[in-house]
This record gives sequence, C-alpha cells and structure tokens, in this order.
Amino acid sequence: MDLPTTGQVPRVNTDRIEEMGVEAPTKQRPLLQVTGVNKTFGSVHVLHDVDFAVYPGSVTSLIGDNGAGKSTLVKTIAGIHPRDSGTISFNGEPVDIQSPKDTADLGIEVVYQDLALCENLDIVQNLFLGREKLHRGLLDEQAMEQAARDTLASLSVRTVKSVRQLVSSLSGGQRQTVAIAKAVLWNSKVVLLDEPTAALGVAQTKQVLDLVRRLAEQGLGVVLISHNMNDVLEVSDRVSAMYLGRVVADVPVTPATTREFLVELITSGQSGDVGTARASAAEGVESPQGGTDV
Amino acid sequence: MSDQALTDFALDNETMDFRAVVRSSFARLRSGDLGSLPAMLAIAALVAIFGSVNPSSFLSTINLANFLEQSSSVIVIAMAVSFTLLLGEIDLAAGFTAGVSAAVLATRLQEWPLLPSILMAALVAVALGTFTGFMVAKVGIPSFVVTLANVLLFQGVLLLLVREGGSVRIENEIIKDLVGGNMSPTVSWIFAGLALGLFTFSLLRQQRASHGAIPLSLVAFKVAAATLGAAVVTIVLNQNRAFPNAPAPIQGTPAVIPVVMVLLVGLNFVLNRTRYGRHLYAVGGNAEAARRAGINVERIRLSAFTICGLFAGVGGAFLASRVNSVDPNTGANDTLLLAVGAAVIGGTSLFGGQGRMLNAVLGGFVLALIPNGLTLVGKQTLPLIGEIDFGSSGTKFICAGVALLVASSVDALSRKRAR
Ligand SMILES: Nc1ncnc2c1ncn2[C@@H]1O[C@H](COP(=O)(O)OP(=O)(O)OP(=O)(O)O)[C@@H](O)[C@H]1O
Ligand SMILES: [Mg+2]
Repeated sequence: MDLPTTGQVPRVNTDRIEEMGVEAPTKQRPLLQVTGVNKTFGSVHVLHDVDFAVYPGSVTSLIGDNGAGKSTLVKTIAGIHPRDSGTISFNGEPVDIQSPKDTADLGIEVVYQDLALCENLDIVQNLFLGREKLHRGLLDEQAMEQAARDTLASLSVRTVKSVRQLVSSLSGGQRQTVAIAKAVLWNSKVVLLDEPTAALGVAQTKQVLDLVRRLAEQGLGVVLISHNMNDVLEVSDRVSAMYLGRVVADVPVTPATTREFLVELITSGQSGDVGTARASAAEGVESPQGGTDV
Repeated sequence: MSDQALTDFALDNETMDFRAVVRSSFARLRSGDLGSLPAMLAIAALVAIFGSVNPSSFLSTINLANFLEQSSSVIVIAMAVSFTLLLGEIDLAAGFTAGVSAAVLATRLQEWPLLPSILMAALVAVALGTFTGFMVAKVGIPSFVVTLANVLLFQGVLLLLVREGGSVRIENEIIKDLVGGNMSPTVSWIFAGLALGLFTFSLLRQQRASHGAIPLSLVAFKVAAATLGAAVVTIVLNQNRAFPNAPAPIQGTPAVIPVVMVLLVGLNFVLNRTRYGRHLYAVGGNAEAARRAGINVERIRLSAFTICGLFAGVGGAFLASRVNSVDPNTGANDTLLLAVGAAVIGGTSLFGGQGRMLNAVLGGFVLALIPNGLTLVGKQTLPLIGEIDFGSSGTKFICAGVALLVASSVDALSRKRAR
C-alpha cells in the first residue's frame, strides 16, 4: 500500500488523535484492559504504569524499539511474569491471572517472540499441547491430526511434508507458522502476536497479516507486535507505542497516519503533541532513568 | 517416494507399499534417527559372538532362562529411571530405593501376610520417590544433588532395616517364584498366544489409523516374525532344563517374562496414549514451552519421581526374589549404573524428552548378555596376548563400560549428523 510521506502530517494527525483517542474507549468497552501495570526484574524497572487496551473486532499494534518492554508486557498479560502492581480486566471484570493456564481459560492466546515449541514433539503434539483432544480418556490422535492439517492449510502452509514431522526438523518460518496455528486453533477472544512475521517470507507474511485482519473481523481483539511500520499501518485500527517501558501513545490509525509519525513515536517517545505530555509527566513523578534526552 | 522436497502434507496422504516402507526407514536411518537399532544390532552381535565361541552352554535352554531372569531386575529399574531421564533428570538413588523397598517387603513378610506386605513395600517406595520429587520440583534442588544425598540416606535406612552384615530370608512362595518360577508348558503356550494376539491387535489398530501409510503387508511381516520368535523361544523354554538326576523337571517360560511384559505394555501405554505421558515428553523437551502451554511443570516433575520410586520398588522385589533374601547389598553396587546404562544403550537420551520403555528392555538385554556370555567364554588363550579370563569381574566391568561408551558415541555421532 502507498503511504503519504509529507513532513506536516504529524500535526494534522494529532488533532484527530486527541479527539478519537478520548472517544474510542467510551464508544466501545475494551475486551482486555491493562491498568497501571508495573514490572521489575530485580532492580530493573521494565514496565512503568502501563495502560493498554484491546478492543473487540479491532487490531491494536504495539510498537516500540528493541527493549522497550513489548514482550514483557505480553508475558505479563499471559501470566508468565507475575506483575508487581496494576490490574488486568477482561470483559470489564478484573481477573486474577496467575499462570498461562488462566490466560488460556479466559480465551487469550499468545504467540511468543521466542516461540516456545517442544522440538522433540511433532507438529500435532505441539499444536494441542496442554489441551489434547481425548477420546474415552485417551489421546485422540486422529481428530488432532485432522484439525492440525485443516488449521495449517488455512494458513497456507505449503511446505510441510507431514503434520507428524518433528518440530526440530522445521525451518524457522515453518516453526513460526506452527506457533501461530497453535494460537488460532482455539475459539479464543483475544490473540496476542509477538513479532509473528519476523521469520516469514513475503507470501507467508501476507497470509499472517490477512489472518490478523480476519480474526479481527470475526470479532476477536488482536494485538500485533511488529517492527515493520508498513505492516502496522496496513492492518491496525489502533497503535500503542512504548518507549522505555512506558506506553507513550494510544492512537487510532487513520488514512492520514504516516510511517514517519510512528517512527518518531518509537525513537523519541513523542511526535508533535502526541506522547510528550504523558512521557514528561511520568518522568516528573518518578526518578528519571537517564538517557531519555538523547 | 522420492528425495525431492515434499509439500502439502504429501507424506500424510501417501499410501506406501512394503518396499516404500523399507526405503523410508533406511532414509530415516541415514538421517541419523537410529532409534533402537544399535541396541538390536548389539544383541545380535553378542549372541553371534558368544554363540560361536561356546555354543553348547551359551545357546542352552538353561542359559536362555537364566539370562532372561538375570536381566529382569535391571530392566525394571531401568524402566523406573527412564521416567526421570525423560525429564532430563536422574535418580541416582533408585537402586537403594529398590533395596529399601525389598527390605520392607522381606521384614514385613516375616510377620504379615503377602498382600499387606506388598502394599507396605509399595507405599515406602512411593514415599521415597515423592520425597525426592518434592525436593527437586518444589524446593528446587538439582536432582543430581538430591539423589546423591539420597544414596547415603537410603543406604543408611537399608542398613538399619536388615542390620549390618545381616540378611532377611524370604519364605513366601509367590515372591520366590517371581524370578525363578516357571509357567507350565501349557500356560506358556497360552501366554505366547495371548501376547501375539495383543501384538497383532495393536499393529492392526495402528494400520487402520495410518490411512495407508502402513501397508498390511508390513503388519503381516511383523506378525509372522513375532510368531516365529515366540514359537522358537517357547519351544526351547518348554524343554526340561533340570540336571539329569533332578527330582522334578524344570520347564516352561520363566514367570518374570509375563510380569516384565505387563510392565512394558502398561508403562508404554501411559507414555504414548495418555495426556500425562505427552506432558512428560513436553516438559523433558522444553519445560518453558510446556509451562506456557498451561502444563503444571512442577506436578509433572514431582510425579515422575514418584513413579520412578514405585517401579524401583517393584525392581527391588525382583532383586530380592532372585536370591530369596535381602541384605545390605540389595540394590547397591552397580545396580543403578546398570539401569541407567541400560536405558541409555537402548537409546534414551540423558538430556530429556527422548526415550521409550522398550529401550530399557533392549539395553537391559545387552548389559545382561555381556556378563552372562563372558562367564561362559571363561579362560581363553588368545594368539599374541596369551591367556585371558573373560569370566573375571574385571573383564566384565570393562566390557560393560565399553558397551556404554560405544552406545553413547553412536548416539552423539548420529545426532551430530542430523544437525
Ligand atoms: N527475564 C528478564 N530478566 C531481566 N530483564 C529482562 C527480562 N526480560 C526482559 N528484560 C529486560 O526488559 C526490557 C524489555 O524487554 P522486552 O523483551 O520486553 O523488549 P521488547 O520491547 O520486546 O524488545 P524487542 O523488540 O527487541 O523484542 C529489556 O531491557 C530487557 O533487558
Ligand atoms: Mg520482544
């Protein structure tokens, strides 16, 4: 898709953003809402008072530089990292997420950046891991195999010889597709995808982006983490930008949103009027971590 | 099937004939996936070597029965330890768990009837395994360290139970017959028939589920081979192997065989057909991925040690039954080393996530064949080297060590090639 690339766009953007950014949450209740989440690893403060919302039927992209805290936010939502403070609500109700199982039970699926597949198991075994289909108390291999084949076919995986292949024998991109298939296999309500297209070829990337749209059209709340701004602009309804562990902007994507605008948010935490206020306000309250005034 | 890249689940829909299956298994071997082939080749080679050096005693009926009985306790303890190996953990104290459980069985049998005694011995074995599992999974101490401490701990318990230098005799006929008793020739045939029927049934079930990937001809071939093997073994074992002037004949398949087979089939079933088994492999392969898939990794770890304890206890009953008594050496010395070695020689990985129950059986056979065969080879004069006593303990240990090294090298090299 062609993007307008003019210098004055951010200013035009920010006006609309300010309006809609306030409006959007009142129009529609978030499916998943994260409020005031803090997370530290030892003495490293990785997430600062993070607010983040996922709306049904829309794609929210989470952008930010390497080390901004995107994956940590996803893992905190998933129940892999316990959070220090803050609440997570699902469908408006505060939920107590303690482990990945709680997340799955709520209908939240995650594709992790580091994939998390068992290499010693085959594709079918990985896809259904933890939620194996049973028949009279025993593993129902037939049903799982068929469902695996159907899901992979819907993702246009064309290069897999057999769904009984061990994951250790798959290419990086094939593994990524398996990880994505694992998340879409279930009738979930929210899907979080942490850099799902990082290892994919052109055709597969398009498939995944199509899938992201399709999931949103089915009414799911979809979160996409990506470093590719073209992809972000192509599929997202909203963008949340993270900068040094804070969410500095939560804006809707309009036809006028530009790549430059997003890149500026990523690299400096602000663009025009967006981002600045929040970032500096937060900085004022907490001790500055240094290096922000580059 | 060609060597070209296959796409679109081509292999899943492919119907294979007998030759295609043979070709694809050769392709798998070449790619480094050796499975239990090295162990089977080792068994064949050892039988061929010992059989040609000393055919009259090595290939005798009594030696076949003897060998099967010798290998049984190592096999059962190897099966037990496999549950921890599958997780990439180890239980160095499994031998002493067997010893303590056997001691409990023997001492209880002096006062109690059989069933409560067995229950008590099993309970103690489960408790010891659960204790280890708790220290590993909940407290978070590496299993190597916990079980190293347990070696001392359990050995101490064993010494207190049987008293230093003492030994507890077992008078109960059923326990005595576990290793050493035989089925009557008729029962032996019925058992062989039942086992073959079960084998055929499970092969046919797999064949139906494979949608043509397994040809019927392959099933027929396997069933024919198994039938031939079972028939030969049963015929041989049904011959009288008592000494010429013995008061009663000794004949029939040893009673340990059905017992070991039930354990093999049962544990195999748990590993391959149940959700629990799948989760064991997953935790062994990638514990973090398993955790993210919602598996309770701690519970899997703890339970694996509990199961290991229980079946080590069963192995203890085998050890006790073989000599009809329990002493401070029951389960001591090389028991644990042989069990772990058996699993590894059979193809179970020490790094977790890879292994089958059958590996324990095949590896156990290899490690039992070596001392058995070497004893019968005895003193030999070799050209250039001179006289060597192959039956001595020294030679036996060296040969078992070499076998373990060869097996792990084959494993390491084939993995390297697969990379
Ligand atoms: N387990 C951990 N222990 C300590 N620090 C961690 C841990 N995980 C992440 N961090 C730190 O938290 C910060 C945020 O990391 P995170 O992985 O969330 O970044 P990200 O936004 O996903 O980056 P990328 O785009 O490179 O994936 C980094 O500075 C990282 O070093
Ligand atoms: Mg990341």
